[in-house]
Amino acid sequence: MKNSLLAADKGFFGISAAVNGEKKELSVRNAESLLDALRRHGWKGAKKGCDTGDCGSCAVLLNGKPVLGCLVPAVAAHGGEITTIEGLGSVHNPHPLQQAFVEAGAVQCGFCIPGMILSSKYLLDRIPDPTEAEIRKALDGNLCRCTGYVKQVEAVKNAAKRLKSRG
Amino acid sequence: MKEKLSYIGRSLPRKDALIKAVGAAQYADDREFAGLLHAAAVRSPRPRIKILSISDARARRLPGYVTLVTYRDIKGVNKWPVVMQDYPFLPEKEARFAGETVALVVAATARAARKAAALVEIKYRELPFVEDPLKALEKDAVKIFGDDNVISSFVIKKGSVDAALKKAAYTAEGEFSTNYQVHAYLETQGAIALPESDGGMTVHSTTQCPFYVLDAVAAALGIPYHKVKILQTVTGGGFGGKEDVPALVASHAALCAAKTGKPVKLIYGRKEDFQSMSKRHPGWARVAYAADKSGRITACRVNYVLDGGAYSTLSPIVLWRGTVHAAGPYKIANVDIKTYAAATNKVPCGAFRGFGQPQVCFAQESLIDELAEKVGMDPVQFRLKNLLEPGDRTVTGQKLNSSCGLKELVQTVRKRSGWDKKAKPRAAAGDVATGIGFSATYYGVGLGAKGRYLDRAGALVNIYKDSSVGVNVGNTEMGQGALTVLAQIAAETLNAPYESVKVEEVDSSKVPDSGPTVASRTTLMSGNAIIEAAAPLRERIFKTAFSLLSAAGADASKKMVAAGGIFSMGGKSVDFRKVVAECWFRRLKMSEQGWYAAPRTTFRMEDGQGDAYVIYSYSADAAEVEVDLKTGVAKVKKIWAAYDVGRIVNPRLAVGQAQGGILQGMSWALYENLIYKNGIMVNPNFTDYVIATTADKPEYDITFIEKPYAGGPYKAKGMGEVPLIGVAPAVANAIKNACGARVNSVPLLPEKIWKELKKVAAR
Repeated sequence: MKNSLLAADKGFFGISAAVNGEKKELSVRNAESLLDALRRHGWKGAKKGCDTGDCGSCAVLLNGKPVLGCLVPAVAAHGGEITTIEGLGSVHNPHPLQQAFVEAGAVQCGFCIPGMILSSKYLLDRIPDPTEAEIRKALDGNLCRCTGYVKQVEAVKNAAKRLKSRG
Repeated sequence: MKEKLSYIGRSLPRKDALIKAVGAAQYADDREFAGLLHAAAVRSPRPRIKILSISDARARRLPGYVTLVTYRDIKGVNKWPVVMQDYPFLPEKEARFAGETVALVVAATARAARKAAALVEIKYRELPFVEDPLKALEKDAVKIFGDDNVISSFVIKKGSVDAALKKAAYTAEGEFSTNYQVHAYLETQGAIALPESDGGMTVHSTTQCPFYVLDAVAAALGIPYHKVKILQTVTGGGFGGKEDVPALVASHAALCAAKTGKPVKLIYGRKEDFQSMSKRHPGWARVAYAADKSGRITACRVNYVLDGGAYSTLSPIVLWRGTVHAAGPYKIANVDIKTYAAATNKVPCGAFRGFGQPQVCFAQESLIDELAEKVGMDPVQFRLKNLLEPGDRTVTGQKLNSSCGLKELVQTVRKRSGWDKKAKPRAAAGDVATGIGFSATYYGVGLGAKGRYLDRAGALVNIYKDSSVGVNVGNTEMGQGALTVLAQIAAETLNAPYESVKVEEVDSSKVPDSGPTVASRTTLMSGNAIIEAAAPLRERIFKTAFSLLSAAGADASKKMVAAGGIFSMGGKSVDFRKVVAECWFRRLKMSEQGWYAAPRTTFRMEDGQGDAYVIYSYSADAAEVEVDLKTGVAKVKKIWAAYDVGRIVNPRLAVGQAQGGILQGMSWALYENLIYKNGIMVNPNFTDYVIATTADKPEYDITFIEKPYAGGPYKAKGMGEVPLIGVAPAVANAIKNACGARVNSVPLLPEKIWKELKKVAAR
């Protein structure tokens, strides 16, 4: 493990990880969660809804798989690839899933949406043409308190179509 | 005939969706400031304590520790200014519920602050406490509020219920109860307070009600309002849970910032949010109805009690709304309603979507089915015979105007759900019984008579030189779509392109106190204020457009048409941008303020008679439910709902509100079960307090019947709360229809259904 930051501050040590495709050296605390570390380093798209692994607002992709950022120790990401919502797209260049969530009206207060979109991303990476049941299962760990869960399912269906036609 | 509109009634894209979807929206905890310190609350461990001392001796040894903040640091008045003002910002001698903030600590990081809070030592003596609201009202109960534990009480009296009950051909009576509901907004409470060099304070707050926050921060700090500025952050859900309590959280942050002279962030963890923030009141109701031989309801008696918790907060207003609507949306000549909010040593309850109506609606709409059965009528036919229509009087004697589509809603849901075929009890398929249930409700839009002094709203409309339009209002976006709907109203009124209009999150220094963002009032109140602000601007813009078109040689005998940001006349046209540039060139005033105050109400508190609200919205629901006869597990398969909320401004957003409200209502009806044991909350987390997920999602069938309200902006009424209110009784009635089990308490847990099933089998 590269420990470039270890000397600088007691209780901190360095990990290296690719965050949204960019190699980073991140100082993390002992026993700090991946969520807290990411947020402390400026990736605020991952949200803290419960800190007990129940709500899914903090979901990020670690090596392509969704993990609950609040339960995973930051050190577990050492040498790995992390994708946060910021890595998917931007206001000027949104990912088809982000676009589909917007167009379907799936975004209300929006706090759960980054986690939901990342859960959806993992689903579509594995199953490009999911059934409604598969979508619902994939999103079962992401609580939303605003919507009736209809439009997110629609959004994932629409994004699947769009991604498929893009090839 | 509908007038031709460019933006109203269209599913235009949500203004704030994309920044939220890419993770760029700044919620409270996402905002950073140089030199920021962090606060954490020290909480009372027991239901009721006498505080002997508070010591931070151990916390002081922690690296990064800054200071302790107690009531002694309050320079202003130690009374949170909400309704009855019995809740101190920080307790001096006595803490009244487990989880109450007793003091705050400030440290360099959030982690250090939490550690420090755990190290602060409270020395206390336990005091006798009250847990059960019904016992709290008994004579020999420990007194924790006044001399009777009654926070507030209301009546509605009309005719003679005793005489009507005596003469009745049929009566039905029952006792019903409902448990807490936790708002479970995904973003917890939080605030950041920034001291200003002039002794003022700027506060970033996740809130529905920035002006409540303003009142509280000014009071706590003892500084004038013009030195306090409240900026609403992007708000991650509210549902009533960010009505009153954000003012307390923000005041705590402000007290810490005032003491340290540094910016202070206070973000709640989920557990403390559960333990200390507002909830839907547990409710208890005994209801009796009487009907004559023909099935006409002749009388209704209701005794209704809400568990207010340790401080009154919004209980009086919540109770009043419940009181007004307690008999249901029916024509009833004899009414006797008595209601109480009781104090207990538990978390103070307040606003939650429906605001005191869902609890009593569950009771009375369940009982309406029981009465229909006794009369021998189909529940929908029975409702149709008794429901309110335009021209009828409510139980408070209020005459309803033409914006009342209740019967049409009921007929619509009846037809769409296939009610007439499904309502006869069906044979179970193996262990699974299927049934259908109905409910009908009404909802007074806005604050009504009890909140009338707060029922006004302001707006500021600025049209910049480049023709972009900035709108400031005093009501908030919390996920419901206010920024979008209000932009549609502004664009429509000004004939500005929708894309050019931006409504901002609330800045308390830009608009006057516009009351709270509650009671489904935002479209109505802020919408009307925007129209008032935009009216003189519209006149200037339209006159300028006319003169530009005339100068360009347009035939002025033809009518000028304004649509979609374009003005056209006699074959010529000019766009909004050019017209605005010309207005600026002519040095016309391109900024206006608007104000809207709700019309008067006449309700009298003595007998509960008079106009309670200015206008009502309506709903009808049918729920289809499957019950597993072996386990008692009920699952909602489909909900058909119809709403009259006046003109729909944005259909897609309205459907979103409807589906979300239904799911929240269903989740409360079936799953959500907050438990107290000996004055301590047992399950303050999402592991043990379950809310609906995608796995529980029912099918929805939603219809809007738009009965225009002349006093509303483009004839809209209010939408937010209506979809939740009638869900629980429709589900309970469906369970009864499926398997004969009448469950009188929410949540309708499998064990309760199972117990009733045993009784049915034993009959």
